[in-house]
Amino acid sequence: MIPLLLFWLPLVTVLVSAVAGLAIFVAGERRQRLRTWLNLAAAVLKLMLIALIGLLVMAGHTPEFRISLLPELDLVLRADALSMLFATLSALLWLVTTIYAIAYLEHAPNRARFFGFFSLCVASTMGIAMAGNLVTFFIFYELLTLTTWPLVVHTGTAAAIASGRTYLRYTLTGSAVFLIGLVWLYGLAGGQDFIAGGTISELGLDQDWSLRIIFLLLVIGMGVKAALFPLHAWLPKAMVAPAPVSALLHAVAVVKAGAFGLVRVIEDVYGPALVSELGLGLPLAIAAAFTIIYGSALALFQTDIKKRLAFSTVSQVSYIILGVAIGGPVATIGGLVHLVHQGLMKITLFFCAGIFANFLGVKKISQLDGIGRRLPWTSACFTIGALGMIGLPPVAGFISKWYLGAGAVAAGQPWVIIVLVTSTLLNAAYFLPLLKRIWLHDPPRQWPAEVQVSRLETAAMVGSSITTALFSLAVGLLAGFPLSPLNWVTGIVTEYFP
Amino acid sequence: MTEAALAGLVFLPLLGACLLLLVPRQWRTALVLLVVVPLPVLLLPITAVVWQQQAVQMAVAGHALPLGIVWRVDALSLLLLWLNAFLLVFVGLQALTRFPPATPAGLRFWPLWLLLAAGIHALLLSADLFNLYVTLELVTLAGIGLIATSNRPAALQAAMRYLLLALMASLLYLLGVGLIYAEIGTLDLYEAGNLLEPGLLPATAMVLMITGLLVKAAIFPLHAWLPAAHGNAPGPVSALLSAIVVKVSIYIVWRLWFWTAEGWPMPALELFLGLLGAGAILYGSALALVQKRLKMVIAYSTVAQLGYLMLIFPLASLLAWQAAGFHLVSHGLAKAALFVAAGNILASLGTDRLRRLAGLDQRLPLDVFTLALASVSLMGLPPSGGFIGKWLFLQAAWEQGAWGWMALIALGGLLAAAYLFRILALTCFHPRSHGHSSRLREPPSRASLAGLLLALAAIGLGFASAPILTMLASAWPGVIAP
Repeated sequence: MIPLLLFWLPLVTVLVSAVAGLAIFVAGERRQRLRTWLNLAAAVLKLMLIALIGLLVMAGHTPEFRISLLPELDLVLRADALSMLFATLSALLWLVTTIYAIAYLEHAPNRARFFGFFSLCVASTMGIAMAGNLVTFFIFYELLTLTTWPLVVHTGTAAAIASGRTYLRYTLTGSAVFLIGLVWLYGLAGGQDFIAGGTISELGLDQDWSLRIIFLLLVIGMGVKAALFPLHAWLPKAMVAPAPVSALLHAVAVVKAGAFGLVRVIEDVYGPALVSELGLGLPLAIAAAFTIIYGSALALFQTDIKKRLAFSTVSQVSYIILGVAIGGPVATIGGLVHLVHQGLMKITLFFCAGIFANFLGVKKISQLDGIGRRLPWTSACFTIGALGMIGLPPVAGFISKWYLGAGAVAAGQPWVIIVLVTSTLLNAAYFLPLLKRIWLHDPPRQWPAEVQVSRLETAAMVGSSITTALFSLAVGLLAGFPLSPLNWVTGIVTEYFP
Repeated sequence: MTEAALAGLVFLPLLGACLLLLVPRQWRTALVLLVVVPLPVLLLPITAVVWQQQAVQMAVAGHALPLGIVWRVDALSLLLLWLNAFLLVFVGLQALTRFPPATPAGLRFWPLWLLLAAGIHALLLSADLFNLYVTLELVTLAGIGLIATSNRPAALQAAMRYLLLALMASLLYLLGVGLIYAEIGTLDLYEAGNLLEPGLLPATAMVLMITGLLVKAAIFPLHAWLPAAHGNAPGPVSALLSAIVVKVSIYIVWRLWFWTAEGWPMPALELFLGLLGAGAILYGSALALVQKRLKMVIAYSTVAQLGYLMLIFPLASLLAWQAAGFHLVSHGLAKAALFVAAGNILASLGTDRLRRLAGLDQRLPLDVFTLALASVSLMGLPPSGGFIGKWLFLQAAWEQGAWGWMALIALGGLLAAAYLFRILALTCFHPRSHGHSSRLREPPSRASLAGLLLALAAIGLGFASAPILTMLASAWPGVIAP
C-alpha cells in the first residue's frame, strides 16, 4: 500500500489540477456553479494531497513517480524538502487566487477558457516543483509557458495580443537556449536525477569551459522567466492581463519557476562546490545585483500602479538569485526564504491593485489620493505588502534581507550590503509616496470609474488580500516556529552545506 | 497468415475501389467501412512477425526473383504502414462527412482514396526499383485525382502543375532505373546494392533517381508545386498528402541511399542534401509566416518540416535515423490533425483567410483546440512526439559536435512557433467591434473529433517512443557504426 502510494502520489498531485482544467473546458461557459465547485474542489484537494506528501516526507519517505521517456531518460516526479516548499507555496496561493479570480471575473466573458488554463497552469507549476531531474523540469517549464499564454492574451485586445507576442518571443527563445544547454549537459553527464550537492560534481574540471557555457545557457533559459536583466522586458508588458493573471505571473508560478530552476541548477545539478570552483557564482551575483538596482530604479519612474509593481518584481526576484549565487549557508537561506516571502507580499500587492482598479477604476498612482478612507481594509493590506517589500520588520521581507546581508558578509562579499541598502532606499522611495497618497491625501470628489460590486465578491476579493497580507505578517512574526518557511528553508540548506 | 495479410493490404483497397463503382448507392458507405476498418487489423500479424524476425519477405504469387515480384517488410516500412492505416481511419472519418459515399461527389472521391491507399501499401511493400516506380506513379496519380475532386479553379490549376512536375520527375527516376538495369541486370534494391560498385554510371543513376524523388517529395528548392496543391485540395486530401504521400518519396530516397548505395563515399553530397534540408526549414518557415490563408500556412509548414527528414544524410547515425523516423511519424499525425481542423474551419466559415479567424476560439472551440495541440507537437514543445523527435535530432547533432545543425534545429522550432502562434493569437483576438458573419455552419462533430484524436495521438506519441525507437533501430542499415 505504502509503496504504491509513494509511487502515484506525486503524479496525482500534478494531475489533479490538470484534470480539473480539462473538466472545466468540457463543462463549458454556462455552467458557472459547476465550474466554481470544480475550481475550489481541485484547489482544496491539491492542498490536502500536498499536506499528505509533506507528512510522508517528514516521516522519511521519498514519494517518487518515474516513467521512461527515452532510453536512459526518465520523467521523474519526486517530493523532497525543496520541492515541497515551492509546491506548498503555489498550492496555497493558488487556492487564494482562485477565490479572488472567481469574484474578479464575475461578469467577464470567456471564463471557461480562463479557468481551464488557470488550472493547467498550476498543474505545470506542480510539475516544476516536483521535477526530479532537469529534463522533467524542462518539460513542465515549457508547459507553463504554453498554459500561461492564453491567460496573458485573455482579454483579446490588441494590447493583450501584443504582450502575448512579447511573452512568447522571450520565453520560447529562452527555452530554445535552455534546450541546447540541456542536450549538451545530457551528452556529458546523462539524464541524472537531482541530488543535493550536485549530479555532475565528479565531472570535475577537465570539462570546465563546457560546463561554464552550459551554465550560461541554463541561466539564460531560467533568467527569462525570472526576469533577470536584460531578459525582463516581457514582465512589465504583461501587466495588461487581468489582476489574477498578474498574481499568477508574479507570485504563484512564472517568475518563481525561473528562480526555482536556478536554485535547482546551482544546488542540485552543479552543486555549490562546483559552482564556486568554476567561478560562476560571482558573475551571476553581479547580474542579480544589477537587476535589483535596475528594477528598483525603473520602478521609480512608473506612473501606473501595476507597472510599478511589475518593475518591483523584476528587482525582488533577483534577491532569490543573489542569495543562491553568493553561496554559503546563510545567503542561501536568505535567497530561498525570499522565494516564499516575495510571493506572499507581491500577491497581496497585486490583489489590492486589482481591487483598486476593479472597484473604483483607479489604475494610476496619481489617482490613489485618499483611497485609504474609501477602501480601508484593502489599503491596509497594500500597506503591509509595501512595508514588507521595503524590508521593515516584522513583515517577511525584513528576514530575507537580514539573511542576505549576513550571508554576504559571511561569504566575504561585503559589496552586497551596499546593493541591499541602495535597493532598500529605492524601495522606500517608490512605495512610500504611494502610502502617503493613500492615507494622508484627501479623496477626490468622484472616483474614475466606480462600480457597484456585490457583497459576496467584495468579501471574496478583500478576504483574499487580507489572508495573504496576514500570511506575510505571520511568516515574519512567527519565523521562530518549527513550521515557518525560515525553519523549513534552514532544514533544506543544511542538506546542501553539511 | 502473414502473406495473406500482406496481400490484403494491397488488394483489399484495390478491390474496394473497383466494387464501389459497381454496387448500388446505399451499399457504398458500408463497403468503404468494410475496406478501411480491417486495414489496421491486417497489420497486427505482420507486426508480430517483424518484431521477432526484423523482416518479412514474400514472392508474390510464388514467382521468385529475377522474374517475379518480391515484397519485403521491415520495421521502417511497417512504421509507415501503421502511420498510413491510422491516417486512413481517422482522416477517413472526416472524409466520410465531407464526401458521403452515397453522393455523386462521394463516388468521385472514394475510389481514388482507396486507390491511393492501395498504392501506398504496395509502395511500402516493394523491394525493387521498378516496382517502386510503378507504385509511386499510382500514388501520385491518385493524389492528383483527389486534389481535382475539388472543383475550384485554383485546385485544378494546382493539380495540373503537380501533374506536369510529377511526370517530369518520374522520367528522371525511370532513367536512373534504366541505367542501373543496364549495368547489373537486376532491380532488387538490396541485390543492386551488393552488385553495384561506386562509379560514374551508378552515381549518375543515383543522382537522377534522387532528383526525381526530391521533386515528388517537394524538397526545397523543388517544392514549388506543393503549397498550392496542398493548400487548395479538399481538407481530408490535404491531410493525407502532407502527412504521408510526400513522405513515401523520401522513404524511397532513404532506401536508395542507405541500402542500395550503402557505404559509397559521398561526403559532399551528404552535406548538400543536408543543406537542402536547412534551406527547406528556413525558407518554408519564412514563407509560412507571411501567408494570408490558414491552409497555405500549414502547407508551407510541410515544406519546412520535410527539411528535417534530410538531416539524416549529413548526420548519418543511429540516433539521427531514429530522430528522422520519429519525426516522420509525429509530423504525419500533427500535420493531418492541422489539416483536418483547417478543413473543418474552412467548411464552417466558407473561408480560411487568417483575418476572418478572429474570435474563433469561442465559435469553434474544439477545432481551435485541435489546432493548438497539433501546433505544440509541430513546434517540438514537450510533451509531444515532436519534442522527442527534436530532442533526438539535437542529441544526434551534439554527438558529432555539429553545432551548426543544433542551431538550425533550435531555430527551426522557434520559427514553427512563430508561424503557428500567429494563427493561435488570431483565433484569440477579439476586436472591439464584432463583425462576425452569421454564416457559421458548425462542422459535424465526427469531423472535429477526427482532428482531435489525431492531435492527441501526436501528443501521446511523446510517451510511447520506446517501441518505435526499438523498431527503427532494428531497421537501421548501420552504414556508420552506431
